Amino acid sequence: MNPALQGLITIFIGVGGCIGYFYFSNVFLDKVLFPARGPNAGRNITRANMVRPWLFLAPALIALTIYLAYPVFETLRLSLTERVQGGGYQYVGLDNYRAMFKEPKFWEALNNNLLWLIVVPAASTAFGLLAAQLSDRIRWGNLAKSLIFMPMAISFVGAAVIWKLVYDTRPVDQEQIGILNAVWLAFKGGPISFLFLKLVPIALMLAFAALVGWVGWLFARPMLGGAGRVAPATIPLRLFVGLAALWLIYLSLRSCLTLIGADLPYGVPQTWLTIPFWNSFFLMVVLIWIQTGFAMVILSAAIRGVPEDTIEAAIIDGANPFQIFFKIKIPQIMGTIVVVWTTITIVVLKVFDIVFAMSNGQWETQVLANYMYDKLFRANDWGIGSASAMIIMLLVTPILIWNVYNARKEMR
Amino acid sequence: MDNIVGKKSTLTWAVHISMALLVAAWLFPTVGLFVSSFRTADQIATSGWWSSLATQERQVPAIRVAGEEQLVDGRYVIEGRLFEATNAVVSAWGTSSREPEAYAPGQTVDLDGGLQLTVQEDGVYDLTSPTSFGDARLPRIFSTAATPPEFTTDNYSAILFDPRNVDGMAKAFFNTLTVTIPATIIPILVAAFAAYALAWMDFPGRALLIAAIVGLLVVPLQLALIPLLKLHNEVGIGKGYLGVWLAHTGFGLPLAIYLLRNYMVGLPRDIIECAKVDGASDFQIFIKIILPLSFPALASFAIFQFLWTWNDLLVALVFLLDSSGETTVMTKQIVELLGTRGGNWEVLATAAFISIAVPLCVFFAMQKYLVRGLLAGSVK
Repeated sequence: MNPALQGLITIFIGVGGCIGYFYFSNVFLDKVLFPARGPNAGRNITRANMVRPWLFLAPALIALTIYLAYPVFETLRLSLTERVQGGGYQYVGLDNYRAMFKEPKFWEALNNNLLWLIVVPAASTAFGLLAAQLSDRIRWGNLAKSLIFMPMAISFVGAAVIWKLVYDTRPVDQEQIGILNAVWLAFKGGPISFLFLKLVPIALMLAFAALVGWVGWLFARPMLGGAGRVAPATIPLRLFVGLAALWLIYLSLRSCLTLIGADLPYGVPQTWLTIPFWNSFFLMVVLIWIQTGFAMVILSAAIRGVPEDTIEAAIIDGANPFQIFFKIKIPQIMGTIVVVWTTITIVVLKVFDIVFAMSNGQWETQVLANYMYDKLFRANDWGIGSASAMIIMLLVTPILIWNVYNARKEMR
Repeated sequence: MDNIVGKKSTLTWAVHISMALLVAAWLFPTVGLFVSSFRTADQIATSGWWSSLATQERQVPAIRVAGEEQLVDGRYVIEGRLFEATNAVVSAWGTSSREPEAYAPGQTVDLDGGLQLTVQEDGVYDLTSPTSFGDARLPRIFSTAATPPEFTTDNYSAILFDPRNVDGMAKAFFNTLTVTIPATIIPILVAAFAAYALAWMDFPGRALLIAAIVGLLVVPLQLALIPLLKLHNEVGIGKGYLGVWLAHTGFGLPLAIYLLRNYMVGLPRDIIECAKVDGASDFQIFIKIILPLSFPALASFAIFQFLWTWNDLLVALVFLLDSSGETTVMTKQIVELLGTRGGNWEVLATAAFISIAVPLCVFFAMQKYLVRGLLAGSVK
């Protein structure tokens, strides 16, 4: 059958079936099962109203159970089993996990994922905040916003092609068609190169380290001070942020030192995606490019929601624009920043297409989702594949709990 | 807002400039792909796309004189053109790699063996000799030429409309549409009913269900791949459109229910209570009042789901694509092209832009709803 026709029929069956189901099940409930007449009319109406919500919910609940809830447990079960020759499964305990932990590729994927988890949400939120704040102050702000927002509509695969062109490399004697190499070749090793490729990056990295230190200090201070007002529930989060900050500071300081000592290969076109460690960053840029628009849209709405009298009061007290931004606006939109951060974190944990299309995990760019895909469909090892899926689930769980906790708090 | 006190901020210019830089940086990569998709393979391979926007002057690789000789006025003549482009202008030329810019256009130069070579400004050359050329090696011409911007839509016609092209995207385009439309429409209806129940009906366990849906919102779909593939194989759906529609429906539902419920809760209570007093059943209230009023939320979710299913690669890889390749979708086709035609940017850029174009149109047409949906979905 022609797929287009099949599609039309499916739409018809799906939509018609839904409406028919809802209509007839309601009719059945009201007219046949619990008719609102006869001696038990009142009781029947009450009963019908007790059943009705479940009629409305049934299709969605069934789909959610089969397609999301059941797989979580099934994956957990599969991760503890192994396929036996000739069909069937056998319980093997934690063997799959043990085997996985022995693989260097897994640790590479986990390490890279952690790096992604820190860099992408941080950079997207920072750029989003910058874009939101800047665009709110100019007349063509809406146009600017929609242009920065645009990558959201582009598929990860499309974005991968776009950025592969940016990173493209041609042999030394040909003209470069990737913009990054074209710019790179413009640096010839003189004082300007020194300024742009050493001093500026080092300054940026130091600024980044300082920012991270500040944020880490904000989170960790209540614990160190022993003020006794720290909510116990936040301690793991604070501890985590503090440690992550230390690690990031260490990473950026180390990078600074390497950069100072590095003998940059001026004049030689680079194959950017094969430089270990840094190539992960080139892949991250793609996701940052996509997610910044999302962060910007939400943060921009939040910034507009900041009560104006607080800003006015600050201006009257003589605050400059930077103070207004950092001391008045940021604290008031902190909740939104956290939401944006966690949302992007989830996207990052699931990132698959970009790595799959751009490097396929070669040259030390593996991430968990792609590692899992490798195991599942290339190595055909469902046990280890499920085990790595469970690791992704494990990383998502804190956010899941936090979201549910917040949602419940709101409803009260 | 910041200059209420009366002093215009001195930072205004800095703001304009930094915003312009930021926008340019964000736009630049996409524009690069867009421009590249209108250039020929030769143009893409020999110069960066940014230089194609202005007239560019560059050295043309050496071209060896070739062609049939003709006898004109007692001399043997070979005529030809240096390049296809008709509007290129030669500014200098030469016959050796040591001096590629030795002569001016229109100049007639004596070469060894009585040969005479002339290159005109428009790239037409003629080589004359007193004797027949025979099998002698003909001279090479080095030239420097200025080419004005030149674009072509040949890439698009080759990739979209040439049925013999194995890299063609036409089939993949329709397959993607076939995946996308049912997978967008079906979850909306299912979710709308559920959202109504969660928003306006009172029953035990409601709060728990909402919490569960918030939880399912973030469950990575990686977890669902193996169990569902197994399930599909066991019940006989196997790999195919039905499987991918069902999967997309299932994966889209939590967001759909969450968005729609949040929106429906905000609808005025009076309308619904009035309708109830007038004797409307829940089904009637839903169809006649809630659904029309929730249009903005329905639109937001429809856009999300459309973008997500159109752009998806993973779900299609797992639930749709079989070894026959008949059902390939655009994202998969592009990934394959990246592997097989990695250096052929005219193919890649065009294919990628075809797949990007539809979501971009939807994006710019319905941006308002998209933003609304985002705000409802994450800021609370």
